[in-house]
Amino acid sequence: MTAVSDRASEILGLHPATGTSVTERERLRSIRRTAVILGLLCAGFAAAYLLWDVKGSWSYALDLRSRQLASLVVVGAAVGASSLVFQTIAGSRILTPGVMGFDSLYVLIQTVIVSVLGPSALQLMGVPERFILNTALLAGFGLLLFRWLFRAHSRNLFVLVLVGIVVGSFFTSLATFASRMLSPDDYLTLQTVLFASFTTVDVQLLGVTAAVAVLGMAALVPLLRRLDVVDLGKDAATGLGLDYHRIVTITLVVVTVLVATSTALVGPMLFLGLLVANLARQIVPTHRHTVLVPVAGAVGVLATVGGQFLVTHVFALNTTLSVVVNLVGGLYFLYLLLKAVRL
Amino acid sequence: MIDIKSVSHSYFDGAPKVLDDVAIDFPPGQVTALVGANGAGKSTLLSAMSRLLVPGSGQVLLDGVDVTKAAPTVVAKRMAVLRQDNRISARLSVVDLVRFGRFPYSSGRLRPECHEIVERALEYVDMTPMRDCFLDELSGGQRQRAFIAMVLAQDTDYILLDEPLNNLDMRHAAAIMQLLRRAADDLGRTVILVLHDINVAASYCDRIVAMRDGRVVIDGSPDEVMRAEVLSEVFGMQIPVHRVSGQLLAMHWAPLPAPALQAV
Repeated sequence: MTAVSDRASEILGLHPATGTSVTERERLRSIRRTAVILGLLCAGFAAAYLLWDVKGSWSYALDLRSRQLASLVVVGAAVGASSLVFQTIAGSRILTPGVMGFDSLYVLIQTVIVSVLGPSALQLMGVPERFILNTALLAGFGLLLFRWLFRAHSRNLFVLVLVGIVVGSFFTSLATFASRMLSPDDYLTLQTVLFASFTTVDVQLLGVTAAVAVLGMAALVPLLRRLDVVDLGKDAATGLGLDYHRIVTITLVVVTVLVATSTALVGPMLFLGLLVANLARQIVPTHRHTVLVPVAGAVGVLATVGGQFLVTHVFALNTTLSVVVNLVGGLYFLYLLLKAVRL
Repeated sequence: MIDIKSVSHSYFDGAPKVLDDVAIDFPPGQVTALVGANGAGKSTLLSAMSRLLVPGSGQVLLDGVDVTKAAPTVVAKRMAVLRQDNRISARLSVVDLVRFGRFPYSSGRLRPECHEIVERALEYVDMTPMRDCFLDELSGGQRQRAFIAMVLAQDTDYILLDEPLNNLDMRHAAAIMQLLRRAADDLGRTVILVLHDINVAASYCDRIVAMRDGRVVIDGSPDEVMRAEVLSEVFGMQIPVHRVSGQLLAMHWAPLPAPALQAV
């Protein structure tokens, strides 16, 4: 190096192996501190969820609560991670799978299966097979939908948001329409297969969704450093030798799979992902997905576990988690839209 | 050598061609400016060369290999490209951005020698003091220099730049042009850049390629291009050319012909 840059590196306090300056190391430390606090909060709420105010049989309470907790964790982590990477590939902080009507597509697919094949076909199938069939269909249709959306409106963010919301309510209406056509008995079956309720978690469904969620997150790991480059935009990423199209497609598949797991467990949560992913980006100011994605997962867990804890013990089950999340998330969504308009 | 073989392109069916049968090659070690009016096809040509755009017909060969068919990282180690408007939503510091220049070599895990190259690139563009600032805290010119540093850190034989002097003040514009000149003279790099100011092109470049309506109108040395009749054909306006202190000057800003100066 030249003499000038030696002097500069002395002032900056560059670390020889990592090439980081004093400022950078300070930033890393503060990110690490945030991560630790987040982890402690998650653990604290998880413990509180299990142990708070147990009345009657401990073994019954713990068994039920640990199943509930596990499904909340799967939902939180899956929604957090998938929303964050979706924001990256969509190139926007306002777009998440929820906002783009992804979870309503899942509900629509379920409903169409019941109305076409009849409820018996679904019941014969067994929980894991049913979930996997749904997920595969969702991934297929989701990919088609997004290919089309991003090709047609690749430039205009607000058109995309609008189309997403219209498409989402279109799917919901279609699903409602299809379910109206069912006999009351079939409708009941549909309801039970659609939303495994929180209070009675199906162990089989929990098992298969948890396994799929873990697989999905594992598939994200090798993509994380490439997603940093995707964040630079298509041209810059291509210039740096990234196979942009391939990385975005693979990520999109993983996102659909993760959305399917969370939707199968708790149904659509329109604004949870938006809230969680943006919160994660706010509390850890970095571009690195190796940090952002785990933090988004943890924030998601905190939101679902903490939220459900509050709903159960503070609001005494007078409301539901999705109502609370949609209220808070919806307000936040409005705030983001207004802020974007001003910029 | 970058060899462009009869490339044509239009952005949608039936639209006028933005590139109309362009055939041209760029041998190594030269600084070449692409000039022309707005919409002449300069940026599109640069995009096609750097495989950001797959042309409707024809092909671009980088040392004999079609750039759209070669392995992406192989091309990225030989050719760096900087587009015009780079808006990034991620929270990036200057050095984070420049480190991306090492991505083709490291897939995101930097080695010690990478860090040295990154720091040197920052030094080149005079951005070391702002190394740890976030991009959204910088002025347009500072951000532009950070992006140029990223391209330099990519350490490629071919450097393609789309209006790199946008947003730069005179001092930094001159510094960047001198830097590119040095990269060509000392390191044998090939620089191809879109420039708006014909005078900058004439004073720093070996070769000027002028485009109009998607075609190459003239391709030659600054002396061959810096002539009133040539410039009027390229830009569609009367531009008197004078020699001032030994240097050709196209007076495109003058409201009236300048009588005090000696016409060529």
